[in-house]
Order: sequence, then C-alpha cells, then structure tokens
Amino acid sequence: MDELITMSAAEMSAAMMAGEVSAAEVTAAHLDRIGSVDGRVRAFLHVAGDDALAQAREIDRRRAAGEPLGPLAGVPVAVKDLFTTVGMPTTCGSRILEGWYPPYESTITRRLREAGAVLIGKTNMDEFAMGSSTENSGYGPSHNPWDLTKVPGGSSGGSAAAVAAYEAPLALGSDTGGSIRQPASVCGIVGTKPTYGGSSRYGVVAFASSLDTPGPFGRTVLDTALLHEAMSGHDPMDSTSIDAPVPPVVEAARHGDVSGMRVGVVAEFSGDGYQPGVMARFTETVELLESLGAKVTEISCPHFKYALPAYYLIAPSEVSSNLARFDGMRYGLRAGTGSAEEVMARSRAAGFGAEVKRRIMLGTYALSSGYYDAYYGKAQQVRTLIIRDFDNAFGQVDVLVSPVTPTTAFPIGERADDPMAMYLADLCTIPTDLAGNSAIAVPCGLADEDGLPAGLHVMAPPLADDRLYRVAAAVEAAYLDRWGHPLLAEAKGLLA
Amino acid sequence: MTVMYESALQRYEPVFGLETHVELGTRTKMFCGCAAVFGAEPNSQVCPVCLGLPGSLPVVNRLAIEYTIKIGLALNCSIASWCRFARKNYFYPDMPKNFQISQYDEPLCTDGYLDVLVGGKTVRVGIERVHLEEDTGKSLHVGGATGRIQGAEYSLVDYNRAGIPLVEIVTKPVPDTGFLAPEIAKAYVSELRDVLRTLGVSDVRMEEGSLRCDVNTSLSVRGSGVWGTRTETKNVNSLRSVERAVRSEIERQAGVLDDGGRVIQETRHFHEDTGVTTSGRSKEEAQDYRYFPEPDLVPVAPPREWVEEVRAALPELPSARRARLVAAWSLTELEFEALRNAGALEVVEQTVARGASPADARKWWLGELARRANDSGVEVSELLITPAAVARVAELVASGSLNDRLAREVIEGVLEGEGTPDEVVAARGLAVVSDDSALLAAIDSAVADNPDVVARIRDGKVQAAGVLVGAVMKATRGKADAARVRELIVERLGV
Repeated sequence: MDELITMSAAEMSAAMMAGEVSAAEVTAAHLDRIGSVDGRVRAFLHVAGDDALAQAREIDRRRAAGEPLGPLAGVPVAVKDLFTTVGMPTTCGSRILEGWYPPYESTITRRLREAGAVLIGKTNMDEFAMGSSTENSGYGPSHNPWDLTKVPGGSSGGSAAAVAAYEAPLALGSDTGGSIRQPASVCGIVGTKPTYGGSSRYGVVAFASSLDTPGPFGRTVLDTALLHEAMSGHDPMDSTSIDAPVPPVVEAARHGDVSGMRVGVVAEFSGDGYQPGVMARFTETVELLESLGAKVTEISCPHFKYALPAYYLIAPSEVSSNLARFDGMRYGLRAGTGSAEEVMARSRAAGFGAEVKRRIMLGTYALSSGYYDAYYGKAQQVRTLIIRDFDNAFGQVDVLVSPVTPTTAFPIGERADDPMAMYLADLCTIPTDLAGNSAIAVPCGLADEDGLPAGLHVMAPPLADDRLYRVAAAVEAAYLDRWGHPLLAEAKGLLA
Repeated sequence: MTVMYESALQRYEPVFGLETHVELGTRTKMFCGCAAVFGAEPNSQVCPVCLGLPGSLPVVNRLAIEYTIKIGLALNCSIASWCRFARKNYFYPDMPKNFQISQYDEPLCTDGYLDVLVGGKTVRVGIERVHLEEDTGKSLHVGGATGRIQGAEYSLVDYNRAGIPLVEIVTKPVPDTGFLAPEIAKAYVSELRDVLRTLGVSDVRMEEGSLRCDVNTSLSVRGSGVWGTRTETKNVNSLRSVERAVRSEIERQAGVLDDGGRVIQETRHFHEDTGVTTSGRSKEEAQDYRYFPEPDLVPVAPPREWVEEVRAALPELPSARRARLVAAWSLTELEFEALRNAGALEVVEQTVARGASPADARKWWLGELARRANDSGVEVSELLITPAAVARVAELVASGSLNDRLAREVIEGVLEGEGTPDEVVAARGLAVVSDDSALLAAIDSAVADNPDVVARIRDGKVQAAGVLVGAVMKATRGKADAARVRELIVERLGV
C-alpha cells in the first residue's frame, strides 16, 4: 500500500509541515484508494473528488505563502453523512433527504476546515443513525474491511470502515447509543464518544437530541485525540454545549500511563450473550492494565441492566419529534399529491425506512397522553439512577472498563430482521450515552473463534475525556510492543 | 335557537376566560438572530434555525425572557426560579419543525392578577400563567371559498413570522360577572394592552396580529354552581370583537341549553362581519400534542437578583397611574374612565405638566379637541397640536387675553399649521379688546341705538343689560371681554 495512505494523521501533518509531501498528493492518494476499494467497502455515499483536491491545493497555497496552518493541515477527514456540509449533499442515510444540499455548515466541519483538514467525502450510516450495522441505510450496507461479508457496525459504520480500509486516516461519527464505539470496535480502530456537550451538535442532524454526541475515529489513539481536540469546544449556537476548556486529550494521548490509576471492571457486563473470544481479549487486557500498574477492582452498577429499555423509550420519543420536520413541504423527498396532510403522510411513508418508522411509532406511543409518565417519565427516572451508578463508581475508581460490544462483527443479514438482537450490540455503550459522560473504544486483539477485532471500552466521568486517552494510549503501546505491529496489520484480504 | 342576551342572563351565569398572545417587540427572533420586523418581503427574514432545517438548534433570546418577566411582574405573578421549554408536537405546514417550542407544565410566570375598571368599579381578573413560545409562520390559502386550508387550491407560507417571540397570557376563569361579562372581557384586554404598551414590550397592534385573543366561554345554570362545557373562540381581533364574541357565545350556548342540547367542547371561529361564531375543529377528538421537555435547550433559571432588578426598573403601571391621577386631579373613577376611553390621558397629563390646570386640560381635550378629532376621524393624540400649545391657550384664557370663542379660533389656527398660539393670535389679530376707551365708544353707540332697553335697565331690570353686551360684542367682532363690557355698561348707566 502507498505510504501516503498508511501513515498516521500525525505523521501526515508533520510531513506536510516539513514540505515532504503536499496536501494535494495526500488527498489524491486517498481518492485513488477510495476509487480502488470503495466499490467493495461502500463506506462513502459521496466522494468529494475535485472539491477535496481544491481544498488540498488551498492548503498547499497557504503553506507556500507562509500563512499559518491548522493542526490538521492537509489531513483528509471522512464525514458521517449527518453533518451539514456546504457543497456536499447530506442525506443521513435516508431516501427522504436524497440530494439535499444544506445551505449551511455544521460547527464541527467548519472548525475542521479552519484547522486545515480536507473533507474528503460523506460516509454511509444507518438511516438517521438508527442501527448498529449500516444495514438500515437507505443506500445499502457498508462492508467490514476485515471481512466483506460482515457488517462494519453502526450507525457510523461508513466512517469506521473508511478509516479501517485506509480510505481516510480520520473520520467523524456520532454516538447516541454506541454508534462510534461499536463500529470502531468491530473494525479494529479507535473511536471516542466525548462528554455530551463537549462537541457541538449545531449542524449535526438530530437523532435523539439529549444523547447525540459527535466524536472522532482514528487508527491510532493519538490521531483520534488530534481530531477530538480540533472538533471540540464551546459553541454558542448549541445551548447544550459546555462552556469549559477542552480536556487535554492530545497531551494525554502522548503520555499513556495507567500506573496508580484505579480501574473498575463493570460486573454487569459479562455472562450470557458475550462471545467467549471477546471476553478472553477483555480479560487479558484487564490483566495487562494491572501489569502496567493499574489498581483493578470490580464495580457493580446495578441499574445498568435497565439502560437498554430506558434508551428505547427516550431515544424514540425524541426521534418522533425530531423527525417530524421531514414532511416533503420544504426540502427532501415529496411523494404523491393531494392535501398537505396527504402529501406529508405519503412523503414520510415513501422516504423513511422500516427501523425509522418503528422508532417514530414507539416514540409517539411513549409520549402520548396517558402513557407519558409510565414510559418517558419512568425512563428519565432510570436515567437518573444510571447517573447515580456512575457517580458512585467514579467515587471509587478513575475509569470503568468493559467490552465495547458483546460480539465481533456479525454477518450482513444475520440480525437485519431481528431488532432485539441488533439492539443488544449497544448493551455496554448505552449507559454512557444516557449519563452524558465520555468513553473510548480501543482495539484489544482478535477473537479466537473468528479472527475478528474486539475492543476495550473505557468510560470516564464528564469532562475527564483525557483519562480515556491516557488508558487507551497505554494499552495501544503495550500491545504494539507485544504484537510488534498494529492490530490492523493482521487484517487479511482487502487490507493486505 | 339563539336567545336574546337579557333573557339568557336570567337563566344562566356566564364564566369566561381569555388566552392572549402577544408578539414581543424584540429586535430579533426567539431562538435565532433573524430580524423580527412586521411587513418585510415574505421569507426574507429566515435562517436555518427558524426554518427548522435539519441540524439547526435554537438558542434562547435573553431579552425575550426579560420581557416575559416584566409582564409577569406587572401582572403580579410569581416568577419561576427554574423552568423549561417544552415541545408541542403537531403537523402543520406553517410550523417548520412540526413542533412548536413552547412551555407546558413549567411556565415562567404563574398566579397573578390584573385589576380592571368597569363602570367605575374594580374587577380583579386572575392570571393563571404567562409563558413564552415561538410564533408559527403565516399561511395564505389561495382559491377556495373560506380562505382556510380546506378547499384551497394551494397555500403559500411566509416564515418571517416563524420564531418571533410570543407570550401567552392565560387568565383564570372569571365567574360571577353576570351581565357585565362581555364588557369586563373587553376591559381586561384593553387594560392588558395598556400595561403591555407601558412596559414597552410589544407594539400591541391587534390589527397587525401582534396581540391576539382567544375567548373561552361557558354557561352555568343559575344556582347550580356547576360550570358548563366551554368553547374556545378564535379570530377575535379587536376590542369590540372581544365583547361581541363573549356576548354571542352566551346567546348561542343559552339557545343550545334551552333546547335541551349539549354544548360541545370545540374551537369556534368569530366572524367580524356578522358578529357570530361558527364551529371549528372539535376538541373532543382533540390532538394529543405529546408535550415533553425541549432537549435542545437548557432550563431557564433567572437569578433572583436579576428579577428584582427588572422589578425595580418597571415603569409606572396604568393602575398606579390611575390612582395617582384620580387623587391629584380630583376625579371620579368615571371621569377617569372617560378620559382613558377617549385616549386623552397622555396628552392631558402632558398639558397639565406644561402648566394648565387639570380642569382646563380636560375641558379642551375632551371638548373642542375631541370634537375636531372626531370630525377628521383621528385619535385626539394624533391631532397636530402639542400639549404645550393647548396649555398656552388655556393660559391666555385664564389671563383674560382670550375668551373661549377666540381660543377656539386660536386652536383652529394651530391645527391649520399657522404656528404657535401666540403666532396665531398675532396673525389673526385675536386678542381681547381691553382698551376701555374703545369699548366706551361702542357702549355709547349701543346705548344710543337701544333707548327702550336702557329705560328697562334703569327701571331695575339689570339683566336686560345682556342685550347691550351682545351689541358691543357684535360691534367689536367678539374681541371684547364680555365681563368687562358689562361692568362698563353698569357704570355708564349709573345703576
């Protein structure tokens, strides 16, 4: 493989600064890579092509003119297709937004452009981020670069697959129930769900407003931290954005160290439904942390078992309201004729897929008068209990750990008709979303049964995102030492 | 059958309540930076936020919160120390997001009252709540007979109005007002409008829709103590319509009940032209708005100190002003009401401030000036004469330089743009003739011309002197001081 695409983002930007390569060369190499593999991976819904090259040439011009360059100068970034981008379509993986070109830019992509990043294209996703496999995309599924017959996880599956397939060194995703961490885990890369409010939602098409958290993907912990830092920070356009300094994630990623750190293993995340190979890698990694000087204890979070049902009331409730605007009146798909009401109904019937409709119906029911207290109200109480579990845990330990997801990548089609089986993929990740704190997925080896990647899930308190990187960087370095190469080097076929 | 109002009131006791929507006069919209100006080119004041484009997010306008707190304080409400916005979900093309950001069970202001004056008596109207929400866009339904969406060929939507801050003021039910119910409803809206105008939070123009009323009405069978089913009448767009809508609903509901029928809980539409209401959508098959806390906004928690600052900075409210003026000007409540209803309060107060006595100021503004305003179809406050000019006219009369007739001429001159009162007096030569020698000559002629009158006066019929005074006034073309003329005649005839 071309070295220009296998380099880390940190190396790319350093080489660019040193004048060893141009942004245009790096972008062109990635466009070539997309051209040669994306027909099979299908990570992208839109490849920016000439637009990306033009962005890259502008970076080169600025460098030649001696103008200041941002921390991601010339680094290609793939963008999940729910960030609004001027000049590129934004579909959210839905037919209802096919061909929609937003007239405004999301805060995060604007910040990345300002940081010198080259937005190389928009990636595939489960429709409106609802799903764990990208099979709910209105434009067909993406494929896991480790094994094209397997799902890349979801909902940010396109972004994870693009990074794992060397189509981009970095990618943006969003995590509402695990949609960054689960695909990162099953694709063998790094992905972070920052603290809720740490990354702006302005221009991130809403799935569930109180949960949605934009976050970064990278092949290395440091790359992920670089993107995390560049995209984060207070945004006055987002009322839920936190007005506090960005945690020092890059600094932490450069200094992985767990000595003296108190690490809690979540007792509830094991047992039935957990693939033995995944648990084996997880247990090994906990032992690794101990060998690196961490103090490991088991922590019980008794209410985490209610997280999944609470999530499937809160998220659909917000969905039923957030997605009401897609009615064929102002933008996107308009289907059929008749009265305004009929056109709205027909457009929504034609434009939304089955999973989106299922959640709209669930949410409409949960919010309806007479049921509100029993469903939405009760779920919010559960949410409070889960926050208390975290508060209690973080009173005893610095971080919590668990597997990211109970299994490795599953075959495309296996769970497509079984929503409950699909929902279980997010069992370990959902509590973090409900509580609004931060978590990371970092590769921790391959499951023996299928040779597919498993991930370590590290959870930290709100605004302590730097702890995630301290732990993840230590694990990454120790495994690099043990294996002699990054995990992705073990991938066969497409990635060889 | 609809029954006559008086007849209906013999058997039923009305209960009414009002929901008033007020567009706040903030420079920008509720959740974005778009201009909130009336009458701009359609869809020219819009952005991703107020168009509800995917990915956009609302940010609360701090001034709108402050205005709402002002209103709450003026209406004697409690101001919540913590409250939230909620989403009201329903589909309609003029709502960009198909939900409205409003407040539900956690309004910013609760439990207040507004005292209104009707027929010289004070009636206290309870305020249930004051909350803040965003306005919707404005639909124009083209084709079709009714101008409503049903039957229209197509509809146009202007989103300039979408997202303009809207305050909803909800009264408690107002019982036990009997015959006066329609009048009290109207007086409440009028008083509320004055309060809002005084606060400077809205231009409160009913005709432009910046103040809109929904009127709830129900009837209770006299003596039963049980309130009946209420209807909600919309499209009530003037003070007069408020009164007529309540009256019309009382008559209609009485007819339904008299016929053994059942009043249906529904929305009704008021028609300005006929003064009656017709059925809109029924609330019994009502929409479920699926309210839930707005997750895109954080709770609003106005600090106590801020609320107290706002309270301290409140202007003098109409009720306080009424109390002050009634005392200072020695008015009865009815006299005050007459002044307020004539829209002359402001100008009279300013005229008094310029030195006129309250009685003189009222006399001119409610008399001559009210007549002229009425003739030209404008408000008294819109006449082209300043309170300072009126005060000067009153001063000239008080000092004897002008009499009433001349003063009216001066006012006419001022209104016709001839300058200040003094300039008009000079230009038109309107000063009272105060030179006794000029008057004595005219008296001599009058005495010579009316020997029989002179004889009667000398016989003791002093009141007959009026004829001579009239003759002198005629001779001086009204410029004489009639009292002085009378004195001189008495002197001349030695009676």
